[in-house]
Amino acid sequence: MNFHAVRAIYLFEMNRAWRTLLQSIASPVISTSLYFVVFGSAIGSKMVAIDGISYGAFIIPGLVMLALLTESISNAAFGIFFPKYNGTIYELLSAPVALPEILLGYVGAAASKSIIIGLIMLATARLFVDYSIAHPFWMLGFLVLTAVTFSLFGFIIGVWADGFEKLQIVPMLIVTPLAFLGGSFYSISMLPPLWQTITLANPVVYLISGFRWSFYDVADVNVGVSLGMTVFFLLLCLALITWMFRSGYRLKQ
Amino acid sequence: MSSVISVKDVSKVYDSGFQALRGVNLDIRRGEIFALLGPNGAGKTTLISIICGIVNATAGQIHAGAFNIVSDYRRARQLIGLVPQELSTDGFESVWATVTFSRGLFGKPKNDAYLEQILRQLSLWDKKDERIMALSGGMKRRVMIAKALSHEPEILFLDEPTAGVDVELRRDMWQMVHGLRERGVTIILTTHYIEEAEEMADRIGVIRRGEIVLVEEKNRLMEKLGQKQLRLQLQQPLSELPADLGGYPLSLTDDGHELVYHYDSQSEHTGIAELFRHLEMHGIDYKDLHSTQRSLEEIFVSLVADSDQSSAAVEVEQ
Repeated sequence: MNFHAVRAIYLFEMNRAWRTLLQSIASPVISTSLYFVVFGSAIGSKMVAIDGISYGAFIIPGLVMLALLTESISNAAFGIFFPKYNGTIYELLSAPVALPEILLGYVGAAASKSIIIGLIMLATARLFVDYSIAHPFWMLGFLVLTAVTFSLFGFIIGVWADGFEKLQIVPMLIVTPLAFLGGSFYSISMLPPLWQTITLANPVVYLISGFRWSFYDVADVNVGVSLGMTVFFLLLCLALITWMFRSGYRLKQ
Repeated sequence: MSSVISVKDVSKVYDSGFQALRGVNLDIRRGEIFALLGPNGAGKTTLISIICGIVNATAGQIHAGAFNIVSDYRRARQLIGLVPQELSTDGFESVWATVTFSRGLFGKPKNDAYLEQILRQLSLWDKKDERIMALSGGMKRRVMIAKALSHEPEILFLDEPTAGVDVELRRDMWQMVHGLRERGVTIILTTHYIEEAEEMADRIGVIRRGEIVLVEEKNRLMEKLGQKQLRLQLQQPLSELPADLGGYPLSLTDDGHELVYHYDSQSEHTGIAELFRHLEMHGIDYKDLHSTQRSLEEIFVSLVADSDQSSAAVEVEQ
């Protein structure tokens, strides 16, 4: 294992985040905090409780998960796309590094950034909404697992994308709608039966449900199923990335 | 001298169907400066990219040091540094950050003293905290060389290292390359500036249409293929050559003030003594004389042209 390379890639990516602190960390935290203010404090106080949880507190896990997904994807996608875009990918391809080291560096950094953002959001939410965490260990577990899984997914998008438009298409047109329709703002038990069944095809439902369970001990789907689906998606991403590197897809000629 | 890079029967066919390399065999000797020359699209960059791991070969085997570049790629790649043709840099990063990154990426522990030495040698030390995007083209090229040297490679590939670089910087780079060679680094360079190869290389390889046409010591190549010219500055200008000198490869230039004689320096019989006797017989006196050799550029052009002609002949026969 080339640990020097892992460290070099990880620090390089993290330094990019510190250098662009406003864009990388402050911006997502502030925009999500607006949801806490509007839906948590202002409108939330007029809404009925869901499963005995105040609306403001109910939406916190969903909003954190929404930010975690989008940040993980965009951080990892940009991390590998940018060297392809500016041509410096030659250095990575000619270096004595294997896929696990590349992933530990790029995906590790992307996941670290989104976990930091998630934790800052949770701290910020506390300023506006009163909430509790029933299972802190599982909360952290879901946070890390989701960040890693969607950073892997973002890495795939970064390798696949051959332009900035493609880099944005999947997060904007697929991930954000799925997160909004995956129970960020409501419990899927509030939907008509047919839509409840259809919603179960949305993988984000399992992430939000599991994460919300770690906060309030209530879930739309069994927490074991949530965990299993997340791990399944992680393994799927790993398999796809392995294929991409072995075949040289959009990396090597 | 032992081989530090061994290329055996390497071919490359791109997905588009274009065959960039055709059964290339090449051995690079440890510690030499090897210049790979060839026209655009000849396969120079493809060959370098395959050796460095950026492009996959379709067939063939390559060893760097004792290591196969595919099955033992870690150890093979640790030996190699690459300065690619394109000016590809992380524009937002500082010079120091980017060379530190490169060293780590190639598996080397932190060594600030070594990196400082490299940056000082390349006149980059006072720019170490500047963003790369703020540097001139020549300085960016130096940064790329610093990155390639950051992990102390034994083999350095320079793909068109002085393209778009001013004369002063080019001279600096030549000096640096000689310095690296003195430290035992093997250097393989491709260039469009033939004078660069002439100035620096120990051996020269010519590649054309994906095939190695020639590999030769530079000096031997120039001796072997280098036709010489003997130039005589005449005391009195001539309006035309005497008829019995018509059998010599002679020409009059400079309004009859200069007589140019073409001969092969490798030939046992150059004809120079005989020519002088004939000139004396005709009372043709000269005040000065000097000989010149064909430049490498002329040799290269003639090699590629010969190769073109033979390919055309084969195509006609087919």
